[in-house]
Amino acid sequence: MAFVALADRDNDAHLHDPETFITKYVWSQDHKVIAIQYGVVSIFVGLIALALSVMMRLQLAFPESFSFITPNDYYQFVTMHGMIMVVYLLTALFLGGFGNYLIPLMCGARDMVFPYLNMLSFWTYFLSVIILLASFFVPGGPTGAGWTLYPPQTILPGTPGNELGILLMLLSLAVFIVAFTMGGLNYVTTILQARCRGMTLMRMPLSIWGIFTATVLGLLAFPALLVSAIMMLFDLLLGTSFFMPAILSMGEMPDYQGGTPILFQHLFWFFGHPEVYIVALPAFGIVSDILSVHARKNIFGYRMMVWAIVGIGALSFVVWAHHMYVSGMNPYFGFFFATTTLIIAIPTAIKVYNWVLTLWKGNIRLKVPMLFSIGFIFTFTHGGLTGLFLGNVTVDLPLSDTYFVIGHFHMVMGVSPVLVLFAAIYHWYPKMTGKMYNVPMAKAHFWLTFVSAYSLYLPMHYLGILGVPRRYFAYGGAEFIPASAQSLNVGITMASIVLATVQLLFIINLIWALKNGKPSGDNPWEATTLEWQTPETPPKHGNWGPELPEVYRWAYDYSVPGAKLDYIPQNEPHHGQGSVESDSDDAVDETKV
Amino acid sequence: MALAVVITLLIIGSLIFHFVSPWWFTPIASNWTSIDDTINLTFIVTGIVFVLINSFLVYCVVKFRYKEGERAHYEPENKKLEVGLTAITSIGVIAMLAPGLFVWANFVDVPDDAIEVEVVGQQWRWSYRYPGDDEVFGSTDVSHMTDENPFGINPEDPNGQDDVVVYDDGLRLLKGRPVKLLLRAKDVLHNFTVAQFRVKMDMVPGMVTYLWLEPTVTGEYDILCEELCGIGHYAMRGRVIVEEEPAYSNWLAEQTTFAQTVRENTADINTGRALYAVCASCHGQEGEGNEALNAPRLAGMSSWYMESQINKYKNGMRGAHEEDVYGRQMVPMAATLANEAAVKNVAAYIASMADTTVTETIAGNIENGRRLYTTCGACHGKQGQGIWSTDAPRLAGQNDWYLARQLSNFKNEIRGYHSSDATGKQMLLLSKMLKQESAINDVVAYINTLQP
Amino acid sequence: MSMWTLSVALVCALIVWAVLVRYLMAQPWLPAGDPGNLDDITAVDQPAKKVGLYSFLGAISSMFILFITAYLMRMDPKHGADWFSIPKPGILWINTLLLVYSSISMQHAKSVAAQPGQVNLKRGLLIGGLFAFLFIAGQLWAWETLHGSVHFHLSNPALAFFYLLTGVHAIHLLGGLYVWGRVTSRVFNNARPESVALSIELCTTYWHYLLLVWLVLFGILLLT
Repeated sequence: MAFVALADRDNDAHLHDPETFITKYVWSQDHKVIAIQYGVVSIFVGLIALALSVMMRLQLAFPESFSFITPNDYYQFVTMHGMIMVVYLLTALFLGGFGNYLIPLMCGARDMVFPYLNMLSFWTYFLSVIILLASFFVPGGPTGAGWTLYPPQTILPGTPGNELGILLMLLSLAVFIVAFTMGGLNYVTTILQARCRGMTLMRMPLSIWGIFTATVLGLLAFPALLVSAIMMLFDLLLGTSFFMPAILSMGEMPDYQGGTPILFQHLFWFFGHPEVYIVALPAFGIVSDILSVHARKNIFGYRMMVWAIVGIGALSFVVWAHHMYVSGMNPYFGFFFATTTLIIAIPTAIKVYNWVLTLWKGNIRLKVPMLFSIGFIFTFTHGGLTGLFLGNVTVDLPLSDTYFVIGHFHMVMGVSPVLVLFAAIYHWYPKMTGKMYNVPMAKAHFWLTFVSAYSLYLPMHYLGILGVPRRYFAYGGAEFIPASAQSLNVGITMASIVLATVQLLFIINLIWALKNGKPSGDNPWEATTLEWQTPETPPKHGNWGPELPEVYRWAYDYSVPGAKLDYIPQNEPHHGQGSVESDSDDAVDETKV
Repeated sequence: MALAVVITLLIIGSLIFHFVSPWWFTPIASNWTSIDDTINLTFIVTGIVFVLINSFLVYCVVKFRYKEGERAHYEPENKKLEVGLTAITSIGVIAMLAPGLFVWANFVDVPDDAIEVEVVGQQWRWSYRYPGDDEVFGSTDVSHMTDENPFGINPEDPNGQDDVVVYDDGLRLLKGRPVKLLLRAKDVLHNFTVAQFRVKMDMVPGMVTYLWLEPTVTGEYDILCEELCGIGHYAMRGRVIVEEEPAYSNWLAEQTTFAQTVRENTADINTGRALYAVCASCHGQEGEGNEALNAPRLAGMSSWYMESQINKYKNGMRGAHEEDVYGRQMVPMAATLANEAAVKNVAAYIASMADTTVTETIAGNIENGRRLYTTCGACHGKQGQGIWSTDAPRLAGQNDWYLARQLSNFKNEIRGYHSSDATGKQMLLLSKMLKQESAINDVVAYINTLQP
Repeated sequence: MSMWTLSVALVCALIVWAVLVRYLMAQPWLPAGDPGNLDDITAVDQPAKKVGLYSFLGAISSMFILFITAYLMRMDPKHGADWFSIPKPGILWINTLLLVYSSISMQHAKSVAAQPGQVNLKRGLLIGGLFAFLFIAGQLWAWETLHGSVHFHLSNPALAFFYLLTGVHAIHLLGGLYVWGRVTSRVFNNARPESVALSIELCTTYWHYLLLVWLVLFGILLLT
């Protein structure tokens, strides 16, 4: 094993200080600028996906009113909403955005190890977004095959955008995967190779653990999506039969035979399930850090948290077929995948316990990021528990493909990670800009978002139990669905409109504070991790001034008994250690605890 | 503090919603009560955990809120507590998983006395096949599928001759007898779901999947497709009727076998021409239609469509609604065709007529019509040429006033409301997308521009 | 066949776990040097490019394994009644030799990279690259041979997979040749040996890796 004490590689760093506006903000190689570029683009496409979801809700609540929404449009909205939110917003923002911003700062590096590749990663991502959005403007419009893109329907007539729309979708995904791979190699290598002196693996903040594990998952799982996209492109363009069986489509027999649609589903979910954790693990990590900072208490059971992240990451590769219990695959797989799926609930539950136990006996400051983080615990508990229904193969039988599924995954993979994203943005905004946002406005944003999101998704579970299917343009004519379900749909739509509207508060606040926010200071939350110890705020290119920081302790020295302050930064030496003279009050005998 | 109050309210609100809301399982109509039991068990376990964790969360937020000068407790980890929590969680997980696996084993394993029935899904309708007296299904293949053999049954296979084919009616099941449903799809993925039965399974082209159940309550239930299968997905409805003996056997005996459908497929155009004389009085000698008599053009329509519509008039599925003024006029006319052979002959004659041209009477916003028609085109074809496999008649070249009237009939549930009229119901659901009155004119104006 | 994917995934997970578990026991809240704070890992003492390349190889290994899995699943006679094995063009054997020789040559270049006098290095690089180009040309030839034969039916998955797998492999080799081109031009512009040694080493690693992938792919293509 080539793990040895870190040689200071600072001399190797090649920093090309940007000079012009273009090199500073457009073709920038600075991880912080790239992070913000990723952030802005992903939030922009996220807003488009949000608008699409509101249109879907309008149709469902008022099926006779909005004449501009036809079934054709509706299925396009469904598809693009799902795909944008999962891939182009959540994945891009957590890893491209926060991965980029936090990794070098939290690890004590000057930048990513491959800054040029990092820049390419963003622009490739940008290209994938352009291709994706272009599909709205081609004849036939974007694909309406559902974000799962299941063949054979995806490339057959009868599905919106079955020619150009799906072609652009697959191309865009392929380009995205290239972008992700360039970024991902950077994140993994930077974390493995460029941590500063003293930053051992087990001293890394959980944010970095979450981002690291998620990136590894992404590097191993996105190829599955690439493989299925390439094979589907072959079926679409060359007429091969990888996924396409012999069929009768629109009265004609296309020249396909023998292909297996279920093969696609296996490949898709071999990507798709780890993808859930690609989004969730960074959220887990980030929320752990935010909870710890604002509870003024170390994260409870740090080691268990690390093991849980790594364990969940590993297990996430052996649960994929729980998305396929009723897909027609060999039903005996159900036993195996139900078992693995419920096993993964155990480390996940431990994480929840440890978050709550972090608050226990803490000294909780209910700052804006903390509100969002506690909101996350609540919604994530709900979403995690409903996962136990769908993961259990028998229980999944009646609930699969109903609104229960929609309620579940929006709670666990939509609302919860998005609450963490808000928490993270409000937490690190002062570091990114040096300004503090308007706190009352941010709190209003929290309350309205939290309550409306919960009242949006909770009732959906009950529609699902009733048996209301997902991906329906309208429900007329099904006798078992009572009229009251329609009133519930109206209520859900109202909640969704509130939820969508209040996001304006967030956008306005961030833009307003850029100019008018009060200066935040270097370390407004009194946090221990390295990014708060930079010489300037926002950090300059190269992050650390002349000297790289050196780490002497873990990321969670809050409320250490005997210490002068209730936090000790990671780069503060223990008594009698290191080159910096430390205040004797800070040096305590921690071995006693 | 506000946070603690709001979270408390959300916990209580969730509980109230759970216990008070009227949205709960539909009354079960199959043997799968064990599935409901597993779900209820899961609800109890997860509900307790939900309340406990979040109540503790509230407690922490209240009790340990920031106090100037106080310090949090310093405790990096607590092995005993963590091991204990892990153990309790594992027990809870096992308590939910184990019963689930037992029920699943039951679901996978079909009882020996189950009768087999085949359900076929296609864009966007259902059809059913019973194995007939020999209790063996004939083999099928896509290459055999035509409008006269929609199941694709191999005509050479002796096992297939007595297969009972149900194309236009619902699925009938026998109460109290386990049934294994063999699921087949012709084109894309579908999913067979009946909410009251609790079980569901995807239908995958190229393979046969299955599920089994024992219907326990007589009645009629909706069959829904629950795997996205294209634009018409939400309109892919069927119905299942659970009956007792002897109603079930009587019904089965009345159905046509595959061999019968093959035999009846010979139509005589000359006999049809003679029968058409009655029709000609309104629809015209050339089948060109007559607006004054509210009779649409028939020339250019396919025989399968004419047959199915005449039969609907004869069976009370069309023209039976009291507001359907012009449809009602057609009912006695259809009744003059005494039997199935007569219907076939006249339909064949109509299909042999030369195309005629119609005059446009409706103007509308063609651009908007084009946009709306994207959805229509999924079944009727991009050029409005009609597609037999989606049961969609030709639209191009039809009298626009007729199209507009029918669209409005569908939308107002004057046509397509009959529970046995599966294809009509599809149009009824889809016509609702024409939300404004002007939308009908727009889409019809666009259809006027189509050249088949 | 899913079981095969599953076992691959399980084995990967176990390897990761086995590597990490020793280090993950550290109790980081204790001061460094405390017995409870076990031999925790600091940063990897290897050049970033090397770590990056190995991570990249991990990612594309995942891709190739999934392609192979898809191949084997599609062959499953349950669906694959339409699978007709195709005769493999004989030139593939020659191509394999070319790629082996290319790899050997790159290895030679790597071993002499640090030595003074760059004649051997230049020769090694040139031969390595040239043979890789010849390999790709040979693969194209194989494509052309099949294209002209009676076996060319894209609806036959065996044939479609042949094009897919060889194509994906060739694209990765082309990517390697781009890097090779940059390194070689630096060597011919008399860059200092120590400044190109790492690039040559990594190029060589990549060459060996793609040779290995090709041998696995070729083996599977031959066996089926």
